[in-house]
This record gives sequence, C-alpha cells and structure tokens, in this order.
Amino acid sequence: MTDVANAVVLLMNFVIVPGVAYGSQLALGALGVTLVFGILRFANFSHGDVMAFGAMVVLLATWWFQGMDVGIAPLPTALIALPFGIVAAAAFNLSADRLVFRFYRRRKSPPVILLIASVGVMFALQGIVRFIIGPEDRRVADGARFLIKASEFKQATGLKEGLAIKLSQGLTVVVTVVAVAALFWFLHRTRAGKAMRAYSDNEDLALLSGVSPDRVVFYAWLIAGTLAAIAGTMYGIDKSFKPFTYFHLLLPIFASAILGGIGQPVGAVVGAFIVALSETAVTYAYKKFLRYLLPESWEPSGLMQLLSTDYKLAISFVILVVVLLVRPTGIFRGRVF
Amino acid sequence: MKTGLRNPLRRRPALRTPGLFAVMALLLVAVGFGQSWVVSLSILNLCLISAIMALGLNMQWGYAGLLNVGVMGFAALGGLAGVLVSQPPVADAWAAGGEDLGYALAVLVGVVIAIVLARRHVRKGPLRTAATVLLLVAGFFLIRIFFDPAVDAIEDVDSARTGYLGGAGLPIVFSWAIGGLLAAGAAWLIGKVALGLRSDYFAIATLGIAEIVITVIKNEDWLGRGVKNVTGLDRPVPYEVDLQASAWFLDLASWLGADPILGASIFVKLCYAALFALVLMAIVLLAERALNSPWGRMMRAIRDNEAAAAAMGKNVTRRHMEIFVLGAAVMGIAGAMLTTLDGQFTPGSYQPLRFTFLVWVMVIVGGSGNNWGAVLGGFLVWFLWVEAEPAAFWLMDAITAGLDEGHPLRAHLLDSAAYMRLIVMGLILLVVMRFSPRGIIPEKRGG
Repeated sequence: MTDVANAVVLLMNFVIVPGVAYGSQLALGALGVTLVFGILRFANFSHGDVMAFGAMVVLLATWWFQGMDVGIAPLPTALIALPFGIVAAAAFNLSADRLVFRFYRRRKSPPVILLIASVGVMFALQGIVRFIIGPEDRRVADGARFLIKASEFKQATGLKEGLAIKLSQGLTVVVTVVAVAALFWFLHRTRAGKAMRAYSDNEDLALLSGVSPDRVVFYAWLIAGTLAAIAGTMYGIDKSFKPFTYFHLLLPIFASAILGGIGQPVGAVVGAFIVALSETAVTYAYKKFLRYLLPESWEPSGLMQLLSTDYKLAISFVILVVVLLVRPTGIFRGRVF
Repeated sequence: MKTGLRNPLRRRPALRTPGLFAVMALLLVAVGFGQSWVVSLSILNLCLISAIMALGLNMQWGYAGLLNVGVMGFAALGGLAGVLVSQPPVADAWAAGGEDLGYALAVLVGVVIAIVLARRHVRKGPLRTAATVLLLVAGFFLIRIFFDPAVDAIEDVDSARTGYLGGAGLPIVFSWAIGGLLAAGAAWLIGKVALGLRSDYFAIATLGIAEIVITVIKNEDWLGRGVKNVTGLDRPVPYEVDLQASAWFLDLASWLGADPILGASIFVKLCYAALFALVLMAIVLLAERALNSPWGRMMRAIRDNEAAAAAMGKNVTRRHMEIFVLGAAVMGIAGAMLTTLDGQFTPGSYQPLRFTFLVWVMVIVGGSGNNWGAVLGGFLVWFLWVEAEPAAFWLMDAITAGLDEGHPLRAHLLDSAAYMRLIVMGLILLVVMRFSPRGIIPEKRGG
C-alpha cells in the first residue's frame, strides 16, 4: 500500500504539480491568442513577445520596489509590480492596433496579411525588449521558495517520496483561477463581454444589432494584453525571465488554443492543461515510479522515458497536427473561418 | 496611368531593376572604401546566400501563396548535409553501432510498410485508427530496442573528437545538391501532412516543424555531433596560408601592388563569391523560366483564386506540393552553402528570427512574386541587417556624446545598440507592407 502511495506522490511531484503550473501559464497565454483570433480572425505571432514585454516591465518595477525596500514578503515583490506590466502590455497592444493592425482591418485585408504584420510587430518588440533589458536570464521571484517542502511532507506522512510545491507554482494556479474567473464573468455578465461574444460568433449579425466594432476590438486587445502580462510574469516567477523563451512558448500556446477550439475561451483553458500535462507526462522518466508498482524481478533497466525532455516542443506539435487533421474545430467546436 | 515626371526610372520601368541593383552595388562599394574590402566582400557573400534563400521562399509565398514559417528547418537540413557529405567517415563508430542502427532502420521501414498496408486493407473507421495507433506505438518501442544501444555505442566512440558517424568524405560542393535533396525530401513528408491546412494553421505547423528539425539536429549527437558542433569542414576554395606560400599568388600580389596577407583573404572571399554567384544565377534563370511557363501561370492562377483554378480542373494539392518541395530544395541549397562558407556546422546558431523571419522580410521588401525582387530583397535586407549594428552604435554614441564616458545610461545604450537592428527590421517590414505592399520590384501583372 505504501508503495502505491509513494508512486502516486512521485507522479504528483514530478508530473502533475509542474504540469498544472505550466498549464496555468499556457492557459493565460492561449486565452489571449484565442480572443484575438475570435475577434480579429488572425493568429497573432507577436503574443509571445507581448508576454515578454509585460514581464519585463514587471521586472523593472520589481527592481524599483526592491530599491525602495517595499515588499510583501513572503510573497514575491513581482506581484505588486504586476499592474505596471498589465498597463504597459495593454497599452502596447492598443498602440500596435492603432499604428499597424487597424489599417488592414479597415481595408478588410485577408487574415494572412494581418499575420505577417504581426510578425513585423514581433520583430520590433523583440528588439525593444532586448534593447531595454538585454537578452540575459534573470530571476524574478523573491520571498519564500516553497509552499510545501519535500522534507516536511515526508515527515508528516512518513512516506519515502516527498512532495514539494513551490510558492510560485501555487501562486500561478491561484492567479490563473482569479484571472480566468474574472474573464468569464466579463464575457458572460457584462454588456461589453456579451457584445464581444456576439461579434466573435457572427460579425454581421452583431453589427446589425448595434455592436460597435471598434469597442469590441478595443476590449479584445486590452484583455489580450492584460492576460499576456500576467502569463509572462507568472512564467517568469516560476522559471526565470529570458526574452528568448517567450517566443518558444508560442507553439504550445497555439497548440492549446487550437486543441480547445479556436475562439473558445473554455477550450483554450482545457487545451492548455492537456498540452502541459502531456508534455510533462511524456518526458518523465518512469523508472522509479515503476519500481514502486512492479515486483522486484520486473524492475526496468532503462530510464523508461518516452522522449527526452529536449523534445518537449515536439509533443505540442504532434497534438497540434493530430487535432488539425482529425478534428480541426478542436474539442469545443471552435470556429473555422 | 499617371505620368510622373519626378522619377525618371518610373517612366522607364525597363531601367528600374538594373538601376536598383546598381544602387545596391554602390552601397557595397561604399562599405569597401568606408570600412574595408574584407567586410564588404563578407557582406556580399552572405547577400548572395540570402538571395537564394529568399528565392526559395518567394517560390512558395510569391508564386503559390504558401505561408511557410519554417525556412530555418530547411536551411538547417541543408547545413547538416554539409557535414554528412564532407566529413570523413568514422570507421570505429560504424563498427560500434552501425549494425544496430541498420536494424532500427529496417524496423522503421517495416513499421511504415505495415501501417500503409493496414490503412489500405482495413476499412475506414475506428478500427483503422486503432490499428494505425497500435502499430505506431508498437513500432516506436520496437525501434528503440535497437536504436538506443546503437546511439550509446556511437556516441561513446572518442566523444571528445567524434562521437558520431561522420560523413561520406566527399568534396563539400556536393553537399549543395545533397542539401537541396534532403530539404526537398523533408518538405515532401511535411507537405503530405500539412498542405491541406488553412494558411494560418499551415504557418503554425511549419513553425513547429522547423523547431523540431533544429531540436533533432541539436540532440541526435550520433548524426551531426549536435551542439558539440562540427568545425574545420572541407573547403571548395584554397586556404589563405597556402596562397601566401605559393609563388604565383605572390607574383600576382606584387604585380597588383597589394599586401599578400590582405590579398589572400580577399582572393578567398572572391572565390566564394564567384561560386555563389554562379549558383544564384543558375537558380534565378531556372526560376524565371518556370515562373513564365504555363506551369508558373497555373501556379499564380491557383494562388489568386484557388476555387476557380480547381474548378478549371487544376490539381491544386499536387501543384502546392511541387512548389513547396522546390522552394524547400532551394532553401536547403542555400543552407548548405552557408555551412560551406562558415566552415563549420553549429546547430545552436539556428534561430527563427535570423533564418525564418529575416527571409520573410527579404521577400516582402523585395517584392513577393518577383524573382528579381526577392534577390534584391535578399541583398538589401542582409546589408541593412549587418550595417544596422555599426550605424546604431554610431547613433547611440552621437546621442549620448554629452554624457560622461562611464555614465550608466550611455554604457547601457552603447551595449544595447546591437538590438536596434531587430527594431529596424520590424519597422522596415511594417512600413513596406503599409506603403508599398507589392515591394520594391513588384510582380508583373497581366503579362
């Protein structure tokens, strides 16, 4: 019996907990992508770098607070710096729309043109972020490290395996739940949110009903920027802030949004957790886990790892391709325009 | 048509393209006088390679409207060919792991055949899906029984110097063709899966494939040493030291009144430039012939209205596959040439910004759908990409000249000046898209 408990704790510690934290970060990113897709009908390649931009502003504000000795220990200082990042990322998105995207939207350019324009925005934004803060890897988190320490868990339960939950992981999940709840409340309970859903569902009908397209687009960029800043900061607190990694998040984010059904907020969240948990589950080495469950003579000789962790990216890609081929509308029947 | 009197080139469109290339040549000459001829020729060599890469993308995007965001992957496969063709084979590694690797390959072929047969004989439905998945999973584990020990054995052979299978030991020029073939083969596989997708999904899929190609090359050390890099590749042109020691070259240098050391490095760069220019000219010539053939017209008709072309009986999927494979082959050739020029293969240096999105800027700025536009875009954008760095440094230096030498703001701005070029590229792309969406040398319409 303790063997089974040990095995479960092992799996929790190395697959479920990191997977859920990573899934929360992906969910916040995928929600932004899916909203912009639902309203503006194009895949926004600059979203990953908007996340980096928001996180960068948060990091700068964090340093400022730390310099003034303002903090909220044991929580990381970055949490009180978050509003600065949100304002900056939302402002960036809105000015990018005003300067770049609005022109093509008014001309009713095909989505491909908007996609390429977003590549231009991405290019410039990567330059801006590196110009301001440089390409180095930086630590964002301060304050307490762990919510539950492995040693404490072992003492409390008497098991051989420990379960460690980092404060950053717990925080990521809490912040994501709050942000997603607020978003769904907005989309379902407010006038503006309902207008957005109507516009996403059927543009012409929404326009006939008096929905103002400019307002809807304004809210879409505002929310996408807000979510991007939160996602970027949470990823930074959990791992570290390195501008280059945010571009690489783009693929799992797109995979999550498409798996859930593009344009569907619920789908983005569900898709994100599926992608994140598959990544951690497929790249985990099951040797120790199986040793607990199998009789001794069956002990596996290899690591029992399906894929090396370097191939994490391949998993989101396989999911993406399989969804596109088998069920292009995704789990929640997103719109395929 | 408006008759503009301001710009004489506009009135004589025939002179416009040569005029623009003359301006480009003047820019390179200016760098030669201003900085140095070695810098100017280095830029020229990479301009030539960039132009070929841009031509490849122009076929896919410009002729056919395929949104390929995976240029990096094809270029890297071409680069890998440079290693696989030119490096000497490592006999010990073959002896250690060759047999198991052969079995793994045989199992792979067997699994593929089994899946194809199963899909042909089982009726469409859940049973067929189940059979495919089962065969895939079983095959995956079966292959790893042979593959894992083979990889371990190969990577253990003198891992500090080799630790991989080596190559065929042929002259590296052959890798240009092999690189093209390798990239074309990969494109065929990718196209089988991804070509039916909508354009933005296709973009995301190719983006992912390029990343995976790079991950594989980085991690499969037995194939191309991964991030341990392969340096000192074979060269198609003479070495500087040999030139400096040979009598005919010293005679030539003294006849020209040039310094033999500088002269040797310029001579080598000129040799590369001549080789690359030959390849570029051959590809431009073929691309122009293809674009203006019935096949090229059909391709553009498909791009402009897929439904109408399909209704006229054109096989859209087949044509897309052809152009995707062709374009990828050209990118692979360019990738192999780049490895040849560098003399080394460093998988860590492949980044999407430099190898995918910069090529996109080249094609859009130059003029998508026009081969000469793509070539000019390749030259101009690479030139700006390189020269933006010293220009930004000079600019930052001028702006902050009033501050103290050690002022932190001045130090930070000078340190970060290199990243200005990303901002500049983004702005160039956005400005061209907005104000000159058809590029510098637009596609000829209705000809």
